[in-house]
Amino acid sequence: MASLLIHGGRIVDPSQGLDGPADLLIEDGAVARIDGKIAKPKGVETLDATGLVVTPGLIDIHVHLREPGQEYKETVATGTRAAAAGGFTAVACMANTVPVHDNRAITELILLEAERAGFARVYPIGAISKGMQGQELAEIGEMVAAGAVAVSDDGLPVMNAELMRRALLYTQHYGIPVIQHAEDLTLTGKGVMHEGEWSTRLGLIGIPGSAEDVMVARDLILTEDTQGRYHVAHLSTARSLDLVRLGRSRGLRVTCEVAPHHLILTDEEVAKTGFSTHCKMKPPLRSSRDREALIQGLVDGTVDCIASDHAPHHADEKDVEFDKAPFGILGLETTLSLCLDRFVHAGLLTLPRLVELLSTGPARVLGLPGGTLQVGSPADVSIFDLDGEVTIVAADFRSKSRNTPFDGWTLRGRPVATVLGGRKVSPLP
Amino acid sequence: MTSETIRWTRKDLLGIAELSPAEIGLLLDTAESFSEIGERPIKKVPTLRGKTVINLFFEASTRTRSSFEIAEKRLSADNINFSTSGSALEKGESLIDTALNLQAMAPDLVVIRHGSPGVPHMLARRLQAGVINAGDGAHEHPTQALLDAFTIRRHKGRLAGLRVAILGDIEHSRVVRSNIHLLTKMGATVVVGGARTLMPTAVEKLGVEVAYSLEDALRGADVVMMLRIQLERQGKMSFPSAKEYFRLFGLTRERLKLAQDDAIVMHPGPMNRGVEIASDVADGSRSVILEQVTHGVSVRMAVLYLLSGVTASEES
Repeated sequence: MASLLIHGGRIVDPSQGLDGPADLLIEDGAVARIDGKIAKPKGVETLDATGLVVTPGLIDIHVHLREPGQEYKETVATGTRAAAAGGFTAVACMANTVPVHDNRAITELILLEAERAGFARVYPIGAISKGMQGQELAEIGEMVAAGAVAVSDDGLPVMNAELMRRALLYTQHYGIPVIQHAEDLTLTGKGVMHEGEWSTRLGLIGIPGSAEDVMVARDLILTEDTQGRYHVAHLSTARSLDLVRLGRSRGLRVTCEVAPHHLILTDEEVAKTGFSTHCKMKPPLRSSRDREALIQGLVDGTVDCIASDHAPHHADEKDVEFDKAPFGILGLETTLSLCLDRFVHAGLLTLPRLVELLSTGPARVLGLPGGTLQVGSPADVSIFDLDGEVTIVAADFRSKSRNTPFDGWTLRGRPVATVLGGRKVSPLP
Repeated sequence: MTSETIRWTRKDLLGIAELSPAEIGLLLDTAESFSEIGERPIKKVPTLRGKTVINLFFEASTRTRSSFEIAEKRLSADNINFSTSGSALEKGESLIDTALNLQAMAPDLVVIRHGSPGVPHMLARRLQAGVINAGDGAHEHPTQALLDAFTIRRHKGRLAGLRVAILGDIEHSRVVRSNIHLLTKMGATVVVGGARTLMPTAVEKLGVEVAYSLEDALRGADVVMMLRIQLERQGKMSFPSAKEYFRLFGLTRERLKLAQDDAIVMHPGPMNRGVEIASDVADGSRSVILEQVTHGVSVRMAVLYLLSGVTASEES
């Protein structure tokens, strides 16, 4: 098993309240020791982290790996390679594959492919309903037995309130959260961007913030009645955030994630880019008021984690009329740099808080083993340069797809190396 | 006018939103100089001889398409029409591939109408040809706003200081968006009026007054512009029936009395008589609806001319 000494860096581990210069010794794939200065044991490889930040491996609990079925967009191998390049050592992948991940055979397939690739830990999320049809529960217990860590029909909401109620009840047998893509489809209609001044100016059909809010409100009521465990995926509005606060104040087990693009871009971006389909995703880029509220949620602790909603689409699919383009953008290879530049360097978040939002926080939401460098835990480590400038070049992505609105952006802060179970998975020699 | 001092520099006409008042003035003044051609016995000049124009209509259109075609022919351009039925698009070709194939035939200008906002912008980025937006979804319809402004100027002698009421289905109208941009840039006051269910979110941010009754909107208006109610949307929760719409928002002679005595009545067509406008108003002395159509040809000649890059000195 892999052993490695990472020396000279600044270790930031919010799970232990660590922030300072220290060395990290990994033995047999697990964290063995953290100390001010560790002498290199004989025969152990070293990684010089002088001037760099060393943190628990980053975890993205909302990605689409597209396998099985849409391997032309992404595979487990390419998606996890992108994760490693972006500083992530673990991802949780959504169930809207083709066919839908609603049975244990697919759970096993995903885990097998992940092991073969070896770039990152993959935690499959099973569907809530059979075929994501929103009619009857999928075989949740079977999928959990095979390794699924949560359920979600992400891509689609569970519109049927009774099914949602039953999912919140049934999942308690397995101690897993129900992750909702909160969207009332009757309010979305044929909407393609946020409903507001910019949808009015551009003549595009709007998706009102209320489409998300009424669903979150409904689900919180069901969570209260069932005492279930509820997680809001890609929360995007100020009011939904307030609803989460209200739910917490009533003692509900509710968590939420926010995506980097909702924290950085607004609906005006659709106009600024001349209808770029890289600004089309669900939920849509919201108003600046929403964006500011979400950042406040990062600061005050309402938001549990940042998750990218990495959603690969082929260039041919995105290079069409705005109305026709599929929803979604990539995230794994841009999230860390965006967050360092826009939140840490902008003075909105401390570095430990950002690391918490990207590692300890997501691990806690899904009850995953990572998110910490405590002695004995798996040696998943992210190493990045807080100050190094980087220009995002979509053409160089490890992902199979290129759909990002951040192509060409120059940012301060960049991933340098990623260690998985004591083994360096990025950069590769 | 300022038009003497500025030159047209844009490859494309995608919308009014990005134009300066001087550019709008230049377009209108140029249209003024072309309008006389339509009154000649031989309605043709050689201005665009040897230029190729493709009319690319992805949505049904009678008025706009005919108007562009006539404008092209009066300028002696070679034009071809391309519509979606029977085209490669029906065989699954992407819009971009269709556009690139057309580009390969080296047209000078492409006139496009499409149901999705932003399609002209997408083409303009890819094509060497100049792109003229002839209507993209509910976004913009710049030549309609220009012909409306041209018509208003003919009757009122100016745009600045006028009060223009635009009434009807504001939410789904590209005509209203282009008109709001044009009229507010040129110093007019715009009030939009109509049913709450047909009013887009935050429309006041576009610099207009909003009225939710026809009476409030009409009071003191110098120009009354009616918009088509899309009957096919009726019953889809915007309003219960055509009859009920007319009761609240139909323009009648009685209601028109609230406007200025010399107010003109406009409509971009096609009209639904008895739904948004009573026939006696549409055909009455205040109506300039058919004049709008006439001026549409002059305005489109001006647009084609300016975009084709032909300068006065090159003309023989």
